[in-house]
Amino acid sequence: MKRNSFTINLARSAGVIGLIAMAQGTSAETLRLLTWGGYAPQDVIEKFEAETGHTVEVTKSNNEEMIAKLRATGGGGFDLAQPSQDRIAGPQAEFGIYKPIDLSQIDSSLFIPSMLEATKKNTTVGGDVYGVPHVWGTSGLVLDTSKASTVTDYTDLCNDDVAGQVSYRLKRPTLIGFAFSMGLDPFAAYGDEDAYTEIMQKVEAKLKDCKPNVKTYWGGGDELMNLVRSGEVIAAMAWDTGGWKLNDDNADITFVAPDSGALGWIDTFVLPAKGRADQAAYDWINFVMQPEVSAMITASAGNFTASKGADAYASDELKAKYQNSFPPEDVDNIKWYPPVPAGLEAIEGGVLDRVKAAN
Amino acid sequence: MTPDLECTALTKRFNDEAAVDNVSFAVPQGSFFSILGPSGCGKTTIMRMIAGFLPPTSGDICIKGRSMLNVPPNKRPVNMVFQHLALFPMMNIEDNIGYGLRRAGLPKPEITRKVGEVLERIGLPGVGKRKVSELSGGQKQRIAIARCMVLEPDVLLLDEPLGALDLKLREHMKIELKALQAAFDTTFVYITHDQSEALVMSDQIAVMNNGRFEQLGAARDLYYRPETAFVAGFVGDTNRWPAKVDRVEGGALQLRTDSGLTLHGASHGRALSRGDRADVYVRPEAIRVAHTADELSQFDNRLSGQVTSILFNGAASRILFRDDAGHEEIEVTLPQSGEFAMLEKGARVHIGWSGAHGNCFAATTAAAGA
Amino acid sequence: MRAQARLGFILLLMPILLWLTALIVIPHIDMFLISLRERVGVGEYATSTANYRTFLGEPLYLVTFARTAIMAVTATFITLLIAFPVSYYIAKMIKGRLQSALFLMCLVPFWVSELVRTFGWMILLRETGLFSNLLQWSGLASGPVEMLYNDAAIMVGLVYTSMLFMVVPLVTTLESLDDSVIEAGYDLGGSGPSILREIIIPHATPGIVSGSIVVFMLSLGNYLTPTMLGGKDSLWFTELIYSQFIVRFNWELGAAFGFMLLILSSVIVWAMLRLTGQTLEKTMG
Repeated sequence: MKRNSFTINLARSAGVIGLIAMAQGTSAETLRLLTWGGYAPQDVIEKFEAETGHTVEVTKSNNEEMIAKLRATGGGGFDLAQPSQDRIAGPQAEFGIYKPIDLSQIDSSLFIPSMLEATKKNTTVGGDVYGVPHVWGTSGLVLDTSKASTVTDYTDLCNDDVAGQVSYRLKRPTLIGFAFSMGLDPFAAYGDEDAYTEIMQKVEAKLKDCKPNVKTYWGGGDELMNLVRSGEVIAAMAWDTGGWKLNDDNADITFVAPDSGALGWIDTFVLPAKGRADQAAYDWINFVMQPEVSAMITASAGNFTASKGADAYASDELKAKYQNSFPPEDVDNIKWYPPVPAGLEAIEGGVLDRVKAAN
Repeated sequence: MTPDLECTALTKRFNDEAAVDNVSFAVPQGSFFSILGPSGCGKTTIMRMIAGFLPPTSGDICIKGRSMLNVPPNKRPVNMVFQHLALFPMMNIEDNIGYGLRRAGLPKPEITRKVGEVLERIGLPGVGKRKVSELSGGQKQRIAIARCMVLEPDVLLLDEPLGALDLKLREHMKIELKALQAAFDTTFVYITHDQSEALVMSDQIAVMNNGRFEQLGAARDLYYRPETAFVAGFVGDTNRWPAKVDRVEGGALQLRTDSGLTLHGASHGRALSRGDRADVYVRPEAIRVAHTADELSQFDNRLSGQVTSILFNGAASRILFRDDAGHEEIEVTLPQSGEFAMLEKGARVHIGWSGAHGNCFAATTAAAGA
Repeated sequence: MRAQARLGFILLLMPILLWLTALIVIPHIDMFLISLRERVGVGEYATSTANYRTFLGEPLYLVTFARTAIMAVTATFITLLIAFPVSYYIAKMIKGRLQSALFLMCLVPFWVSELVRTFGWMILLRETGLFSNLLQWSGLASGPVEMLYNDAAIMVGLVYTSMLFMVVPLVTTLESLDDSVIEAGYDLGGSGPSILREIIIPHATPGIVSGSIVVFMLSLGNYLTPTMLGGKDSLWFTELIYSQFIVRFNWELGAAFGFMLLILSSVIVWAMLRLTGQTLEKTMG
């Protein structure tokens, strides 16, 4: 997941949905792709268009925006979307914005089997599979190791020695991360609203205590990069790719998997309910999952894909960074997001609002 | 007695260009003083210096003997009626007139009383609550004057206040202004480019050109005894011919115009000698027109010729005349007796005028025609 | 004949009516209906005023609501205080090319997008930014100074963004004030402050009110500036609306919030007009 797009741009483009829907769609040859920045690099698009004859139109977005856009049109306006695997079942049950994937159209041999199976399981609603995996990564800590050596877990961001030089987002991954680092298991409480509320209340108290330590709650990836690069922030909660990118400029800064485990996410392919170019969508999935194409996407997005054998094409540099951040025991410790049941957002939203309002 | 307003060697330069050049004058108490001149002559600059909106480059301005040089406009005992009146559109009439009194810190009842009084005096009682836009041009004019007069200034400045009015109203306002000035018994300083306004209303007129006063005097003096070629040309209508002096006999001159006409003129004490270039100014009404040459025997200038054009203007009708030899076209006022009312274009007539009416000035390159 | 003229009138009115209906009336009706829905289960809704009750019952929402209103009013006031002398200078003190040049300079910031403008302020105000370095260099501060992420930074951003919308109506109304009216004020004994109070401000009131309405609405509805420049405590009502619609998927509450914001801005604009004795026709016409 690359979250370097600014929320406001997304808010603006939300207004354009209707127009997009009107302007497009007569040709089944046009694939309207709703995805993250970096997931559909120009060279891949050109190669795909040359090979298949389809044309690709890319709209960059993030999880919440993708769902909001599809909800606004009842699943129209796009032919293929890429939300995270934990955000498919809930919205599908609530809003019915996706359509089942015809697995026979997909070349499953291109996928890492365990990841494919896990995603299929997490995105199954009413017996139908709605998503297949594409890009995966983790979020954890981005640290200036020369200055923030005491930080080994999310809760360490509240330590006095990093006071005023800490930043994280006021979004759900922060709540989940802090819960784990406080020794709680929010994923286990997903099905139980009361238990989940209780966990969230503890996290809320912790985040309120921690607030004086925070320089600012970052909103966009670029903002965080600037904060860390300028040295104003020395410890932050962020994605692995952000840390690795900063590592290129300053060897002291890198991504660290926290003691309680990095949070693992998988971005998927889903078909919007009113998509009109299913064939082009399947063609795109099968095309980008080829190992050499996947490697191009990895180079552009910074994250690895669920494509089997793509590792062989990935740059040694990135592999080295990955191995540095993830010793084998840390890989096993990654907490993969289970599907979010509908309604949890309301509980989390209240917590986030109150933290923001706290003094 | 100290004059109400006295300017001494007043000079104003803008980037080395003298807009007002060493002007001195005094205005006695209670008189109507006009500054008459073409636009750009510097009259507005003088007025703005007196009002305090412009500092003079040098010289002094005294009001009732007190120098105004370092007094800001809002502290000077002068008030100004602006060209477009500058009534405050956001206030009603009462507040407009009362503005200066409020600023002076008078108690409310007194302001109300004074405003009522002044409205009474200008003949507009009961308009106090109206808006400025509800009044006619003439009424606004009077309000603008009342707004100043209620402050009882030593000197009232008026900057071409009649310019925006139509002709009929303007004629009427001339009389009214004069009457108001007499009623308030306040010193008025009036600037205008309209000679008839100045001539009708003023006790004294200063004719201004290129930053200087050309002549200062009563209306009659300016008209009949212009001291400079500019005044002769600017005040009243006139025929003007460039000529050369042929002979000098005391104050009487004989001249030959550039087109070859021989004329008699008068130097009225100005130094002109034989061979000098001179301009001859003759007013159209100084020229007599007749059916026969005999009737004009008393004049030393006599010409015979044809009417080339009739300029009918009621009592002020004129003809254009050209003599038989085909020299200059001459403008002549018809007598008001109606004797020549039926004169046709092309008719043969005789004209003549006394040499004393031929005002001669040493030729200038920049003499203006009226 | 009359019927024809009527038909022509209706036909001419059609485009604007269609425009208004399609883009303003219908979405607002739809939003109002959404705001009256309550989610009772997965995909199930009932009509109720629950969303408005949530709004009124949750101190956070009310505080943010009031805070946004007060900040927007303050921003409007500060903008007016800064823009008035600037406009007066442009309209009255200078003439000709310099005047157009200065007017143009007010416009220049709007040649770049709002995002870039806000980023500009972030670069200037941040701890490692220009102002902080300048203060340290000049010895006025001993260490880095953080000027970003607080309400003052929001205020700076809002005022900066709104300046043009205040300057334009002010310059227009001030230019229409005859110089001689101001001079007449001095001539009749007025001092600078009294002329400002009794002549210039009354004359400029339509411009002040129309500028203030525009600036107030822009500030109240601004999203980017408060979110980017604001700190960890800075709440802005549009941010709440955004998060309800986009992050929480709670369109119902978001719609109710949107309606509350609409009511708030209408009430404040109405109050402003009443207070200054202006009418909408006079200020906008």
